Amino acid sequence: MSEQITREVFDHLVDLAALQLDEEQAEYLRRQLNNQLKAIAELEAIPIDKDVPISLHGVPFEESASALPRGDDWKPYPDPAGILAQAPQVEDGYIVVPDIPHTELK
Amino acid sequence: MELCDLYALELVRLVRNRETSAVEIVKSCLERISQVDGASGSLENPQITDKDKESVHAFISLTDDAALKQAVEVDRRLAAGEDAGVLAGVPFTVKDIFCVKDTFSTAASKILANFKAPYTATPVKRMQDAGAIMLGKVNLDEFTYGSSNESSAFQPSPRNPWNTSRVPGGSSGGSTASVAAGEAPLSLGTDTAGSIRQPAAFCGVVGVKPTYGRVSRYGLIAFASSLDCPGPVARSVKDAAAMLQVIAGADEHDATAAPLPAPDYLEGIDDGVKGMRIGLSPDYFRITYPDPASGELLSQPLPPEIERAVRDAAEKLAANGAEIIEDVPMPNTRFGIPAYFVISRVEAASNLHRYDGVKFGLRSEVPTLDLKEMYKFTRNQGFGLQPKLRILMGMYVSAAQYSEQYYRRALQVRTLMRRDFEEIFEPNGKYHLDALLTPTTPTTAFEMAAVYGDSVLMQYADQLTVPANHAGVPGISLPAGLDKDGLPIGIQLLGADYAEKTLFRVARAYEMITETEEWRKVKPEVLRGRS
Repeated sequence: MSEQITREVFDHLVDLAALQLDEEQAEYLRRQLNNQLKAIAELEAIPIDKDVPISLHGVPFEESASALPRGDDWKPYPDPAGILAQAPQVEDGYIVVPDIPHTELK
Repeated sequence: MELCDLYALELVRLVRNRETSAVEIVKSCLERISQVDGASGSLENPQITDKDKESVHAFISLTDDAALKQAVEVDRRLAAGEDAGVLAGVPFTVKDIFCVKDTFSTAASKILANFKAPYTATPVKRMQDAGAIMLGKVNLDEFTYGSSNESSAFQPSPRNPWNTSRVPGGSSGGSTASVAAGEAPLSLGTDTAGSIRQPAAFCGVVGVKPTYGRVSRYGLIAFASSLDCPGPVARSVKDAAAMLQVIAGADEHDATAAPLPAPDYLEGIDDGVKGMRIGLSPDYFRITYPDPASGELLSQPLPPEIERAVRDAAEKLAANGAEIIEDVPMPNTRFGIPAYFVISRVEAASNLHRYDGVKFGLRSEVPTLDLKEMYKFTRNQGFGLQPKLRILMGMYVSAAQYSEQYYRRALQVRTLMRRDFEEIFEPNGKYHLDALLTPTTPTTAFEMAAVYGDSVLMQYADQLTVPANHAGVPGISLPAGLDKDGLPIGIQLLGADYAEKTLFRVARAYEMITETEEWRKVKPEVLRGRS
């Protein structure tokens, strides 16, 4: 069976996923992806009427079993310093990151 | 028998009657942990010694000081005549996928190894409010991505207490191993494709995947948000029911937690199965496997020992008044894994984008030119192979040019699987079943390293459990004997939405019927030779 995810497609996915892989990892992961696609191909053999709706979740969200949306109320979080303390780099209450790359819009 | 080997409800009784104390119970569990658990999982990734190969390694972090402190408080309350909660003095372990305030909450991943949760997950908080005492956080597959626990970044990964050369299953393998080894009577796990039920079957304990929405996901580090279900692991059906009672219910922090009151799960649990309709489906007696050489999917019958356990259970339930309905069609069962490969990966990729080295968790210390490079270095260092694989597949099948072919189709197949369940449980339908009885797993616990690395074969370990996740319906796995190698066999009961009470009743009936059988007297290997 031919490989559906070629090295070129794979490298594009890796970039989109914000990953950077060594050669050994890349080969393993690409092989596994192609193996998984063979299993997924079984879906194509199922006769499905076009009108069959999709299910984004199993249990229907009927009114009686669904929570009402919360009120849009402002509730200050009691410990913002605790949240900021989790960030790898903070300065004067701001989270610091490396330079954000700039892209010229065409 | 030591305190740590008793059922949770028995411990509650003893504590309330002042026949023992919460402190004594916690000490008993800590003593057991020190005897059987060995080294906790860590990022150091040490050489696995021969002694390590004989230990359970359920834990990533032990919170023993906090547990003893809470036990003192439970005892104080009881002595003062105050309400100490319905699970007062009962120790439990927590899969390290739940946030617990001020504890490391790692998801067994390097990327979250330094993350101390700023708040506590609702199911954990409800356990603590009920007087249950958390002993620590237990290991899992990284971000729950696996069925053996071997993918944890925190090694040594857990081993099966029944035979430490075998995996405990996954991803709640630390939960089920800790309960099977008598380290705690209860554990909180999660089930996205079978991650409570499959390891429960492998470790010979009871595992419950509640209806989607029955238990809040607030504070659960998300994998696949439309499938994830927190649930109990226990050594008896009644203990599992008591634990679900505590953790179930609406939650203002989770809009998908159903605002339906939980019924009293223990009321009538001993009433037996007389008049109940229990189905058997041929679609759960055949299994699919990828051929190791070609990768092609082959269909084969279930291993005879596992099929025999299910049929034997059906006969026993029938002898006690249940009506067994054979040949119940569940034609879309076999598509559960292919659809799961798509749906879960799309949701996982989406959920994993938040780990970027900015707000919390690991940030790569490699000097980088810009933000994008920092993301890449961080994610490469922080994620193991399984999260990387899931992210890449999720991005591929949801890409604009493929989403019709894969994602949309998988969601349609999910509808077909849901219809299978609706038809058999419909009260006015042809089958109007109370429960479907199936095997939990296609095999018993496999050898360490036998499957890990083959992501397709590993995924097929969940083929009999994943349909319930797609459909959202509840399921329970319970022990039903031992195979020729002395490894536990699990059987599964599936029910209609929110029918946990019915499932508990059937499961409890089976437990009572088989109470005196020889296999129930056999202990896990790590406990043999103890009084």
